Formats: sequence, C-alpha cells, structure tokens
Amino acid sequence: MSLSSFMSRKELIGFAILAVIIFLVLPSILDSFRLNLFGKYLTYAFVAIGLALCWGAGGILSLGQGVFFGLGGYCMAMFLKLEASTPENTAIQSTPGIPDFMDWNQLTELPVWWQPFYSLPLALIAVVLVPVFFAFVIGFAMFTRRVGGVYFAIITQAFAAILTILIIGQQGYTGGVNGITDLRTLLGWDIRTDEAKTTLYFVNGALLFAVLLIAQYVRKSKLGRLLIAMRDQEDRVRFSGYNVANFKIFIFCLGAAFAGIGGAMFTLQVGFMSPTLVGIVPSIEMVIFCAVGGRLSIIGAVYGALVVNWAKTTFSEAFPELWLLGLGGLFIAVVMFFPNGLAGVWSEKIEPRLLALIGKSKTRDADTPAGAPAE
Amino acid sequence: MTERFLLSVEDLTVSFDGFKAVNDLSFYVEPNECRVIIGPNGAGKTTVLDLICGRTKASGGSVKFKGKELLTMREDQIVNVGVGRKFQTPSVYEDLTVFENLELSYPKGHSVFGALMFQRDDPVKARIQEIAETIFLDDQLDEKAAFLSHGQKQWLEIGMLLIQDPELLMLDEPVAGMSVAERKKTAELLNRIIQDRAVIVIEHDMGFVADIATRVTVLHQGQTLSEGSMDRVQSDPKVIEVYLGH
Repeated sequence: MSLSSFMSRKELIGFAILAVIIFLVLPSILDSFRLNLFGKYLTYAFVAIGLALCWGAGGILSLGQGVFFGLGGYCMAMFLKLEASTPENTAIQSTPGIPDFMDWNQLTELPVWWQPFYSLPLALIAVVLVPVFFAFVIGFAMFTRRVGGVYFAIITQAFAAILTILIIGQQGYTGGVNGITDLRTLLGWDIRTDEAKTTLYFVNGALLFAVLLIAQYVRKSKLGRLLIAMRDQEDRVRFSGYNVANFKIFIFCLGAAFAGIGGAMFTLQVGFMSPTLVGIVPSIEMVIFCAVGGRLSIIGAVYGALVVNWAKTTFSEAFPELWLLGLGGLFIAVVMFFPNGLAGVWSEKIEPRLLALIGKSKTRDADTPAGAPAE
Repeated sequence: MTERFLLSVEDLTVSFDGFKAVNDLSFYVEPNECRVIIGPNGAGKTTVLDLICGRTKASGGSVKFKGKELLTMREDQIVNVGVGRKFQTPSVYEDLTVFENLELSYPKGHSVFGALMFQRDDPVKARIQEIAETIFLDDQLDEKAAFLSHGQKQWLEIGMLLIQDPELLMLDEPVAGMSVAERKKTAELLNRIIQDRAVIVIEHDMGFVADIATRVTVLHQGQTLSEGSMDRVQSDPKVIEVYLGH
C-alpha cells in the first residue's frame, strides 16, 4: 500500500491535529488530576475505534464491547494484584501471599488460572488474546449461523450481562462487585504517583495512535471496502466468492483486541477494575461514544469518547440525577440530526467553510460518504 | 454421461412449508450453451437459480457442476468453482465507486489475510479498465455506484460477474426495467459475453430470448413443461396454453 492510498492529505491533517491535542495541548493545560481523567476517557477511545470499524464500516452492532474492555482490564488487574499481594504486604491474612479478596472468601491457595498472571509478558499477551478468544467464540457461533443485525446486538448484550453476573457471583476468584482494587506497582514502579500517571497518559496516547494506524490500515485495505460492501449488500459479497462470516469474525476480534488494550490501560491509570465497567450500561455508553464521534470515522470515535466522557464528568458533578437522561437525549439527538456525528458535522459543515475561508478550491473528500444511510 | 454436461440438475426439489416451488426438476447445460428459462410468474425460475448458487437449500436431488456436487457447498465455494450469479434487482455496493465495485469482484485476495494484503497493481487496474469498457462505464470509474442509473447499475453488476470470469453465468432478468436504448445496448453486451461460457438466463422479453437462446426451458409449477429450441417451444401447444397464449 502506498503512502497516499494509506492516508489522504486531509486525514493526515486530522491525525496531526489529534496528536497535537493529545500530546501537547491537554498535558500543558491540565493539572495531573485532570490529565489522568482525560487519560481514562482515552481508554474508551480504543473501544470506540473498534466500534467504528465493526459497526460504522461493517454494520455489526455490538452492545457488549464492555466485555472485551473488562477482560483486558481484568487481565492487567490480575497481574498488578498479584504483584501487590506479596507475603510481606499480606502478612496479616490467614493465607499470606494471595490477593486479599481471596483470603476474605476463605480461599487458601491461588487458583490455577491465576498462576500465569505472575508473569508480565503472559499478562500482556492475555490482555489482547483473552478478549480476542471470546470474540472469536461469539463471532464464530453467530456469524457462521448468519445471526446478524439486532439479534446479534441483543446476544452481545446478553454476554455483557452474563460476564457481570459471573464476576459478581465468583467473589473469591474475581473480587466480586468491588472488583480488583488496591493495585500499587508495575514491576516495582509505583503507578499511584502523579509522575507515573503522567507517564501512563503518554503511553496510553502512543498506544492509541498505534491502534489508530492499524485501524486506518484496515480501513484503507481491500478489507475495509469489503466491510462497507458487506454492510450494504451482504449477499452480493457472498456471491462474489467471499466467506462473509470470516470477515465479520476478523473485524469483531480486532475490535475486541482494541477494547482489551483500552481496558488494560484503564486499569493502569485508574488503579482498579470492577464489574461496573463490564456490564450492559457501560457497553451501551461505548456505542454512544462512537455514535457521537461519528461511527464512520476512527478519528471521530476518539473525539466522541473524549467529549461524552468530559461532559459526563462535568454534568454529573453538577446534576448527578440528570446525567443519564442527558446522555440518552444526546444519543437521540445525534441519531436524528447528526447521523454521522461530530465527524459528519466537521466534514459537512465546518471544513467546507474553512476551506472557503482559506480560499482553497473545494475538493470532495472521497473518504467521508456524505449522507450515508443511517443504520 | 455427466462428462458431456457442464451442469447437471437432477431430481431437484425444494419445498417451502409443504409447497413444492421446484419439483423433481432435471435439466442439463452443455459448455458454451445459452439456456433461457421462461415461464409464468411463480413457476420457480428464480428459485432454480437460487438453488444452483446455494442461496436456497434444496430438499432433495443433485446439482453437479463439472462433476462436483454444488448442493453441499457454501455460496462462496460455489462462486470459486466458477458459477456466477446476477440478481434480479441490481445489487451493487452503492457507497463504493464503480472501480471499487469491480475491484472487490476481482478473483484475488478473497481470504481475510489476502484482503488485508491485496495490492491494486497494474494487472488489476488493466483488467478493471477492460471490463469497464465492456460494460460502457469506463467514464464513470470514480463515481459512486449510488449515482448510476438503473440500467448502469445492471451493467455494473454484469461487469462484477465478468471480472470473475465464471464458466457458468446465471442472469436473472438482465433487461428488466431498462429503457429501449439501454435494452438494445444490454442485448449487445450479453451477446458478446455469452460467447465463451455457458449462460443461464431468466427472461420474459421473447424477442430478446429468440435472439440469444441456444435452448429454452419452459418452467411451470416447478416442473419442466417443455424444452428445446425456441421454435419448438413456441409451437408446443402446452406452452401456448399456460404461457405464450395470452
């Protein structure tokens, strides 16, 4: 793939603006507490990017992305928890050396499936592979049976509910409703300090751009065009000799991998992982981030995650009861008036005017389908 | 005996809730033959094509293409052994350009990995240009398919099949809904593309049928009513009664 087919000039500018905002503007105007909050918002952007590919391009709406975010986050949290649970730190427990919640639940030894999480490399691999494995199982079961559309959305939602119930029910193994808390160090490096949080913010930003570049590559490859083709004319794709299910499984797994990385970065920056981040409500919120940002645009997805989460923090500080209603209203407004979200508003309303102001000849961007049919 | 034929359909049956849309149907298509299927509405014409290309699962019988049983294959496998299918309503990817529509149908990079690594190299471009000229769309290559006229969309879909270079091409009412001028151009196009492959066409336009058909199969209530050359079929009293007489 040549450079020009990988990224148009406009897209390059879009990437550059986002990089400036994330790496220069936000760190210079925010104190370390607020910067850490924005770092947390950006972990949701990983999920939203995956959704932009799955849902925006491929038409596969998953209402269970929280599952993958959570699995990634839990894998990371398990490693950090084991590191924090040294025999010295846990000397007061009846079984020292195991995580505190296990001790509270009368477990006397570490379950076998926790063992691999003593190793950071294995934990990092698990952050990606565990969500991908589950996405593969769900995708394989659904897509080879041609379950799609709203049925698929409902089933993914059911998975979000199942995982939440499982985590809460198996308190001794998972930390239950409290989640895995009191995470302290990463290979001896204290992640609770302001400096560590700032460093993690930049690591998070770098990973986000890596994910964005992968997503951009996929979008610009023939597979990206196939996704759009599948969304519009699934039968035609099939009768052009493609095994549609394989492509759906692939993109669903890729979205799950992105979500898993986001979840792990959430755990590192926020310092805990709990089932409240896995269930139905957060999964739907993630879809809203993507919709507000513009589900056809991967850059838009990042802004969507930032803007909605920033609004959530701001408004829920002032009007805690009204926030959920506001979020619902925002979603309805976007679907009704701005089906292409912030990215659509930008490319249809703001950008042409900017270009006219600069005096450039207006060029049609072949990559942002104006007036694409809403789902 | 199957050796002689490219496609052998034998005892093909499908029932929807007890209603037999296709009932014990048998017919054979030779290489390079142009077979036209005609018949009144509800005769099962489109269902036959759906069964051959795997869109509908048969209840019984067999469909052999070059000796390979198609009924147990997935749709994409059937395409990849050389059977192409055009739908009745134009099915093109409206959000993609004409070029991209053709590119997706190019028979390369059909696996997930292949699609990720697919390169738009010179042979691909040359082939797309060649097909675009054949289907009269070489000036519209960069246009979104959504902006094409109905007739142009039909041509595009025919082009998407041509680029696959199937040995058996199945067309469902390729001239339906076209203007007189478009119809003439399409007939010319079809006459050109049926030369070196076998074709099964469903069509109502009798002038058009007479023009292209090697042999005609008349379907009625899911069964063969008559089969043979156009002249023979047209003079068959049974056919006149159920189909041509009105």
